[in-house]
Amino acid sequence: MKAKVIVTPKKTVLDPQGNAVRDAMRHLGMPEVRNVRIGKYLEIDLDGKDVDLEKRLDGLCRDLLSNPVIEEYSIERLSE
Amino acid sequence: MKFAVIQFPGSNCDQDCIAAINSIAGLHAEYVWHKETSLRDFDAIVLPGGFAFGDYLRCGAIARFSPIMQAVVSDARAGKLVLGTCNGFQILCEAGLLPGALVRNRSLRFVCEMVTTRVEVANSPFMHGCSEGTLLRLPIAHGEGCFFADPETLRELNRDRQVILRYSDRQGRIVPEANPNGSIENIAGICNHERNVFGLMPHPDRASDARLGSADGAKIFRSIMETINANRAEAGSSLAEQVA
Repeated sequence: MKAKVIVTPKKTVLDPQGNAVRDAMRHLGMPEVRNVRIGKYLEIDLDGKDVDLEKRLDGLCRDLLSNPVIEEYSIERLSE
Repeated sequence: MKFAVIQFPGSNCDQDCIAAINSIAGLHAEYVWHKETSLRDFDAIVLPGGFAFGDYLRCGAIARFSPIMQAVVSDARAGKLVLGTCNGFQILCEAGLLPGALVRNRSLRFVCEMVTTRVEVANSPFMHGCSEGTLLRLPIAHGEGCFFADPETLRELNRDRQVILRYSDRQGRIVPEANPNGSIENIAGICNHERNVFGLMPHPDRASDARLGSADGAKIFRSIMETINANRAEAGSSLAEQVA
């Protein structure tokens, strides 16, 4: 299976990178931009597709791919 | 007394730590490669600065899973003194030995400068002989040193006096202008609840010789030695009492 993992900074964590991009977008003629948050996108190829594999992937999202103190993550299964 | 300095692929202050520790009479430091699994022969553990595993994913995110980290965690839980400087601080946070996290500097800039820090807690195991308000001149060099903790964690850190160092101005005032990276409440260094694990963004290893601008960092290494000696003397005397 293929999985897409998106890691984003929690709302309570300051995202100076996102703010800098937001300001640049406003400067470039898009005053409508209210907020930008920058995260990470991971595309993961896995052998197999059982429930146990998904569960273990979820565990590693929590332990390695994100830091729960500052980040949130979501997993999406991609159809092949 | 023997200190371990852990070497991860990408550590770059390991030599500075070894030199700083070995310059203190009574101390001897040795490199320990991250693939090792035991720290039994060492009295204290130092996680140096650098960019372990290239800081890929997040600073310290991959290093915390190195084989040696199991020994660091179990020795820390057993009460051994553990010091993490800069990248070492980030690794200790990722490993869950210290609360909070270190994120991108608010300025988005890598900062490399000499700063003033204020000792917030008198006579902690890592600041033996330092009274509250002592000012230490220490260098910083990091892009991701902005300390973050949620409000509840921050309350606990303050309540239990776990904030050991804050960035201050030269008069010792904790003001926003003295904050080099946007750390919450100017926090530069914290310890765990049990007070035997200490992490700080500044580099005591780069401030252990007056010829390099400051020798204040040596106080931290010396303090670790004094704390271990004091603990041993106490253990020895209580043992003597039991025998008597």
